[in-house]
Parts: sequence; structure tokens; C-alpha cells
Amino acid sequence: MSAVTPALPTLDAPGRVTFSHVLSSEWTKFRSVRSTKWSLGVAIFLVVAVPLIPAFVTVHHWHNHESLDIKPLEIALPGIFIAQLAIAVLGVLVITPEYSTGSIRSTFTAVPKRLPVLWAKLLDYALVILALMVPAVLVSFFETQAIVSDVPGMQVSLATQNIARTLFMAPVYVMLVGVFALALGAIIRSTAGSIAAFAAIFFVLPPLTFILGTSWHDKINKYLPSTAGDSMWTLRPDSTSLSPLAGGLVLTAYCVAAILIAAVLVQRRDV
Amino acid sequence: MIEAQDLTKNYGKKRAVDGLSFTVQPGVVTGFLGPNGSGKSTTMRLILGLDAPNKGDVTVNGRHYRDHSAPLHEVGALLEARSVHTGRSAYNHLLALAQTHGFPRRRVDEMIDLVGLREVARKRAGKFSLGMGQRLGIAAALLGDPKTVLLDEPVNGLDPEGIHWIRNLLKHLASEGKTVFVSSHLMSEMALTADHLIVIGRGKLIADTSVEEFVAHASGKSVLVRSPDLARLCETLAGPDITFTDDVRGAVEVHGLTAAQVGDAAAAAGIALHELTPQQASLEEAFMELTRSEIEFGATKPEETAQPAEATA
Repeated sequence: MSAVTPALPTLDAPGRVTFSHVLSSEWTKFRSVRSTKWSLGVAIFLVVAVPLIPAFVTVHHWHNHESLDIKPLEIALPGIFIAQLAIAVLGVLVITPEYSTGSIRSTFTAVPKRLPVLWAKLLDYALVILALMVPAVLVSFFETQAIVSDVPGMQVSLATQNIARTLFMAPVYVMLVGVFALALGAIIRSTAGSIAAFAAIFFVLPPLTFILGTSWHDKINKYLPSTAGDSMWTLRPDSTSLSPLAGGLVLTAYCVAAILIAAVLVQRRDV
Repeated sequence: MIEAQDLTKNYGKKRAVDGLSFTVQPGVVTGFLGPNGSGKSTTMRLILGLDAPNKGDVTVNGRHYRDHSAPLHEVGALLEARSVHTGRSAYNHLLALAQTHGFPRRRVDEMIDLVGLREVARKRAGKFSLGMGQRLGIAAALLGDPKTVLLDEPVNGLDPEGIHWIRNLLKHLASEGKTVFVSSHLMSEMALTADHLIVIGRGKLIADTSVEEFVAHASGKSVLVRSPDLARLCETLAGPDITFTDDVRGAVEVHGLTAAQVGDAAAAAGIALHELTPQQASLEEAFMELTRSEIEFGATKPEETAQPAEATA
């Protein structure tokens, strides 16, 4: 601001708002804050590193001639279960800081139709989660297979029944969980409130259904977002579980419902 | 051009903007004046579609803001409340805004140089001082080379050099035929930059006039008179509709007469005059006069504002 008379550079390339422009803008925002790198780093580390524990424990037990009650994919996939929290927190953080810092006003001034922002956030986020979690799960599968290669009955290949499907469903599950968390963030707008709501729905609600008694529990519990999601990639389905496909559809339905509520609120609310 | 029609906005039971109608013309700097909490920031947000009005309508360059296909090319806005993610660098903040319209990266660099943020462009905006944050906001406002510029309290936190720069910028933008709408509670600032004034109090329009008219209207005719024989002079001048205000420095302010009338009367009575000065209210006094009854909060809470969204800023 040193010039006394401002020389304003003219804009020789007029632009306009398109969805692909909004997508690249949201991508810039996504990659340019620390929380993204931290959450994704932690998630990848958990997916890849946590399975090393059951893998080495299994080898140890086998060497000591103790009986094993574990399936190959139960060695490979426990990291996903823990990583989903980091992924969900990141989903919330894609949108809530826009409200706490006020940057949502800049965002909606640039894109006053608002909804393209929500779609772009969801799409950018979902693609990144899938692009990172699919290879991370494959790494966890192959590394644990290598570790337990001497243990009889522990070797499976991608061609073995259900293995490839489960290895694909696990990242899809965690992506849907994250999308649900992002939609919750858009609805609730506060970081702490959104994470609390997510934890309540995914971790508190399922055990709570036990107080309803067995018959009600069996009817209701499988349709909860967390239980339905688990049935997408569980290795020990019980009689009340949904099929992997049905479970995936139920979780997707929750995501769609949350996104629709978020869309209406994002459109209507003052910022 | 900004056209507001019967614009009304309630927050709960509180009416922040009340039936506001005005037009902001291109080619001049229009000052938007009002005491704290009078609804200036709310009006700005209504213009940008960030808040929806309960009643009435406002358009920018002939359309609702949200219906423009390149909004940043139509309106550049600097809002009073912070609107930058504290964890993102200034460069990435501007880049993300530019990308929504497909503006080239070069444009972001131009704006950073324009406002003098080159050295800190890669630092997180949360570490910025008030003045640096303000410069970043101005860079964002000018990013799309907008036809209409909307600045809410732009000189807040700027050093004298920055304030000088803003004044020149506003005049320059207006001279290019752009619509320039600037809110402030600082009259002295508006006296230097604005050509036209829109004054509000408690969300209602008080005045929509040129700066000269506004001052002239508010200045009651008064003349400062100094004389060795003040008592006799006052007796001579006394009449209906004529009042005197004692000045501590041995002078008196005469209301209801022009300087010529006072001078003639003194000459006729043979009274010597040591000073005879027509008094004109400053913009500040004019403003105080007009908004006295409209001030929302008493002196106990001078900083309070009516906009709930700003509480989070």
C-alpha cells in the first residue's frame, strides 16, 4: 500500500462460477490446512500399522502351539475401525471451521448459490478418502499375509471368496462414515457439537439399544448407521445382521438423509 | 448500482434493519453512516445475500446478488467481521476465492502486491495483525475487478499510510465509474472521501443526501460574536426566535441571525466587535445532531453492536 495513487491491475480474463471451478477451489481449501494432513496421516498410519499387532500375536501363538480363533481379514482390517474416528473428525473439519472462523462468508460471497460448495466439499473429500484408504487397506492385507505366511490356514488371496469384496467394502464404509460426519458438520456447524453428535450416533447408540430388550434390540440395532455399516465388511455375520450390500445401502441412506437436511439448512440459514 | 426496497431484517424480536429504501449510484463514493448497532453491517450482509431479509428486496447491478453468474466480478466486498480461515495462508485464501471464478493465479499475485502483503502471503492468516487482515480483505474485495465495491469500515486497524491509500483507492474506483459504498462510524473519514451520504439509525433511513446538504441542513444559523460590550450587544440583538449561548472565552454564540445582521445591528448601536464568525457544523456535529435520538445504546455500552453474527468474529 505504499503507492499514493493506486494502480489497479485490470482483470483481462473474466471468469464465472462453474461446478468444476468450485471443485478446484474446495480442493485448494482442503489441502491448505494442517488438520487435513494430520487426520489423513493418522488414518493411514492406523490402517497400516495396527494390523501388525494381531499379525505378530498370531505368529507368536502359533509358535507356542496355542489355538487360534482369528480369521485372516480380522488380522488385516482392525485399523479401519480405529481410523474411522480420524476420518470422521476430518469430515467435520472440512466445514465447521468455515463457520467458526467466518470464512464461510467469503465462501458464500464467491458462490452465493451455496449448494455447489456443499457438493464440492463432499466430492473432494470422498474421493480423497477412497483414493487413500483403498491402497492403505491393500497394504495392510499384504503385509499381514506376509507376516503370517507360515501359519497354516491363514493364507488367503484376493481370489478367495469374499476377500476382495471385503477389502473394497472396508474403505467404502469408512468413506461413507466420513461423508455422514461432514453432513453432520454442515448441519450443526460447531466442531465440538458435530464430533459429539457423531460419537453419540456411532459409538453410544448401538450399546444403548440393549436396554430395549433382546427382541427390540434385534429388530432395531441392525438398522443403526454403525451396525449397518459394520455388516458391509464384518467377517462374522450373525443371524440378525444385514447382508453386506443391504448394510451398505442402509448406511448410504443415512448419508443421503443427512446430506439433504444439510443442503436445506445451508441454503436457508443466515451466515 | 445498489437498489434497496423496504429492506427489513429481524433477529429474533430485535429489528436490525427497518424498511430501508435507498439507491447507491455509480461514479461517486457513497458513505454509509450510522452509530454502532444501527444496522450497517446487517444491510451489507443483506446486499450480499448472506442474510435473507424478512421483507423487502435488494438488487446489485439489476439482479439479486445470488443470481449473478460471476458474483465477484459484480461486487467486491470487505465485511467488518473476519471472514478468513485462520489456519490458511493469505495466498491460499485468495487462490481459493479466485478459483471459484476460474481467475488465473497471476491475479492472486497481483492483488497480494497491490495491498503489500508479499512478504507474509505464505503465512497463516490467523497470525495477521488487524491491519494486515484488513489488507487481505481489501485484496479479496478487488480480486474480481468488481463493478461495485462494498466496504464495511475499511480503515479499521490501518496505519495513517494505509488510510491515505484507502481514500485514494475509493476516489479512484469512483472515478472509473464504479459504485462505491463505504460504511463507517468515523465522520471525519467520510468528510474526506464521500460525495453522497446514506445515514441510518436503529435500522431506519435518516438521510439520503450529498455531504454539503447534510452539513448545511444540520447547521442551524449561528454566529460567534466577540465584543468588549457583550451585555449591551445581547440586549440590542434580543428578539423572538433568537437565542444566545455563552462561550466561556468571553464570546457569545447567536442563533437565529446571520453574521451580516449581527454586524449591522452592532454598527447601528455603535458597539465594537472583535470577532464575527459564521458557524458551520462539522459533519460530525451534523451527524450527532441527527442521530441523537436514534442511538441504540447509551454511553455505558458504546461498543455493543446489534448483529449477532459479529459476536463470533
